[in-house]
Amino acid sequence: MTDGAVSPTTSGAPTMVQLLDADGVRHEHPEHHADLEPDELLGLLRDLVLLRRFDSEAEALQRTGELGLWVGTRGQEASQIGAARAVRDQDHLFPTYRDHGATLTREVDPLHILSIYRGIDHGGWDPVAHGVHPYTLVIAAQLLPAVGYAMGVQRDGAMGTGDPARDTAVLAYLGDGATSQGEASEALGWAAVYNAPVVFFCQNNQWAISEPVERQARVPLHRRAEGHGMPGVMVDGNDVLAVLSVVRSALDRARAGGGPTFVEAWTYRMGAHTTSDDPTRYRDAVEVEQWREKDPVERLRTYLRAEGVLDDDFEEQLAAESEALAERIRAGVRGMTDPDPVGMFDHAYAEPHAQVEEERDAFLAAWAQHEQDLEQSPAGGGR
Amino acid sequence: MERAGIQRMALGKAVNAGLRAAMERDPRVLLMGEDIGKLGGVFRVTDGLQKDFGEDRVLDTPLAEAGIVGTALGMSLRGYRPVCEIQFNGFVYPAFNQIVTQLAKMRARTRGRLTVPVVIRMPSGGGIGSVEHHSESPEVLFAHTAGLRVVAPSSAHDAYWMIQQAIACADPVLFLEPERRYWEKGDVDVDLAPGEVAPLHRARVLRTGTDATLVAYGPTVRLALDAAAAAAEDGSDLEVVDLRSISPLDVDTVAESVRRTGRLVVVHEAPTFHGPGAELAARIQERCFYSLEAPVQRVGGFHVPFPAARFEDHYLPDVDRVLDAVEAALAA
Ligand SMILES: Cc1ncc(C[n+]2csc(CCOP(=O)(O)OP(=O)(O)O)c2C)c(N)n1
Ligand SMILES: [Mg+2]
Repeated sequence: MTDGAVSPTTSGAPTMVQLLDADGVRHEHPEHHADLEPDELLGLLRDLVLLRRFDSEAEALQRTGELGLWVGTRGQEASQIGAARAVRDQDHLFPTYRDHGATLTREVDPLHILSIYRGIDHGGWDPVAHGVHPYTLVIAAQLLPAVGYAMGVQRDGAMGTGDPARDTAVLAYLGDGATSQGEASEALGWAAVYNAPVVFFCQNNQWAISEPVERQARVPLHRRAEGHGMPGVMVDGNDVLAVLSVVRSALDRARAGGGPTFVEAWTYRMGAHTTSDDPTRYRDAVEVEQWREKDPVERLRTYLRAEGVLDDDFEEQLAAESEALAERIRAGVRGMTDPDPVGMFDHAYAEPHAQVEEERDAFLAAWAQHEQDLEQSPAGGGR
Repeated sequence: MERAGIQRMALGKAVNAGLRAAMERDPRVLLMGEDIGKLGGVFRVTDGLQKDFGEDRVLDTPLAEAGIVGTALGMSLRGYRPVCEIQFNGFVYPAFNQIVTQLAKMRARTRGRLTVPVVIRMPSGGGIGSVEHHSESPEVLFAHTAGLRVVAPSSAHDAYWMIQQAIACADPVLFLEPERRYWEKGDVDVDLAPGEVAPLHRARVLRTGTDATLVAYGPTVRLALDAAAAAAEDGSDLEVVDLRSISPLDVDTVAESVRRTGRLVVVHEAPTFHGPGAELAARIQERCFYSLEAPVQRVGGFHVPFPAARFEDHYLPDVDRVLDAVEAALAA
């Protein structure tokens, strides 16, 4: 079955952009430098740590029944933060259900994210105010809309002007599994044909639920880009400096009118697919242990310590900030009240729809009747 | 008295046993879907089948529903009988083109020269507190497409037999599994002779009654039975019919019941607007207008997208809503 084909799990490695290796040692790269100021570096560490804390707290809230489901980010922090910190205010992001690094860095209230997984809301935040589209749960369905958004940017003349406050790009997220969807291929083709200012950011976390990436492709994922007419770049997804640098130059290129890029971030889903999943059924603990050695947070920490950028004071402050975030999340989620059920009739249409109104009225009437019945039966049983 | 052939199992397990029986009987039966191999599917419906039948017959496919259904169709042209699993009801749409334009129409297009016996299974309906796209009831989209058959078992026994009948059927069949009933146990008579198994598209009267007929299928059958039990305490005697099949519809069985009771209430999770209940109401008033004592009542989902989990108890039909409809029918 594998005759002539290259495995998507090994063959990309030599071309992978890496600036910080698993031991936290800095390496030079001919194109990517990521020359950051100390406070920018510390800012990245802060983002990574807060995302990890956000994730573990959310997982704990799911375990205690406060959330219906949680989709974790552990192991993918550097990919998510590196990409999200590469965008500018005017850019627009199209994340998947897992991309909490994207939403948090765009100042979305963490409680808005959690309200989705508590089952209160399908959307959560204001997509226009934050420059982040709602999470898309249907695999790859966000990609064509992302390309269309970028085509709108193009038509607005918000591309290639040279004005850094005006030129705009789109960052479209997808997983390794998502590359198999027909719509993913369509999106790549459209982006290339129209030279749309979009960057596809593919987090190859090696798994699509129980299926390893070999189930999706027989070539490294980033090599698909070339066939569609755009550069494909592979980056160490556990190296926040490399991801930041690679995505930043891809976005710059898009904003300047240079066209789309496909970035494959080589990373790993350390946890279960979601809290409903049991990865022991399909993957080896040894593999997970091997990836633990490549931890994205520890690697940056080691580097910053060695450089003398990170000290105990900062660590203490950050620990306190994490604790405060966790506290706020716990209290916030536990304090969430269910909205009025009649709200489900509110936004299906922008303009009135006779049948929806009829159903809403009938729902309210039945509700009122039910309340009345309950009042009239002191036993409290109603029916 | 317990018969040797009676086995007690959960509905999901019964689908698994039915798939296994079909695969043992016919080597051309194969399964295709996402995460159906080692994981055994997210609901474990295919648990153990890849281990026992191998990767050639239980295919963990790339993440692409159009691919699953399109290649299944192609394999059926070579004499295979693929059974596709769509992981959740809301994820069938990438395959919609293949289902509607190719699968449904292939036989008519070739004037009967090609048959495409593909089964598409999917968990259907709500009630498990899930996130978006996991709780929908898309049956009318398929029922409205000529060339497809659409069935919905409500019990372990039916799940076991109906999946085998669907696989044996020469036409494409959409097989809707009530996801909130996967863990409900029931007696399955695995020893029936072919002639003893109820036909795939025949409705079944589950409870006889004289005052009104409650019709349901899939996940709402249990609800209809509960409502009938509650109504009995209030002195109303309701008949409950499990439709089992949405396309074709067994109108005869329902009409026969309505002629006796004079009243019909249809209960489904799918929205009532242009829903299966509308079709049934139309057919029943055509057939037994003069037996009807009251307008046909429908209880179902609303014409809004399936809401977030915390609203679903308000969206889904419950005993109160069924009894309100029964009351309205009896009052007329
Ligand atoms: C169209 C569609 N089919 C199936 C699913 C069910 N599903 C949810 S996540 C997932 C795996 C996605 O894998 P990948 O794209 O690698 O992203 P990851 O979850 O690893 O971040 C599947 C099959 C879905 N959400 N949408
Ligand atoms: Mg993945």
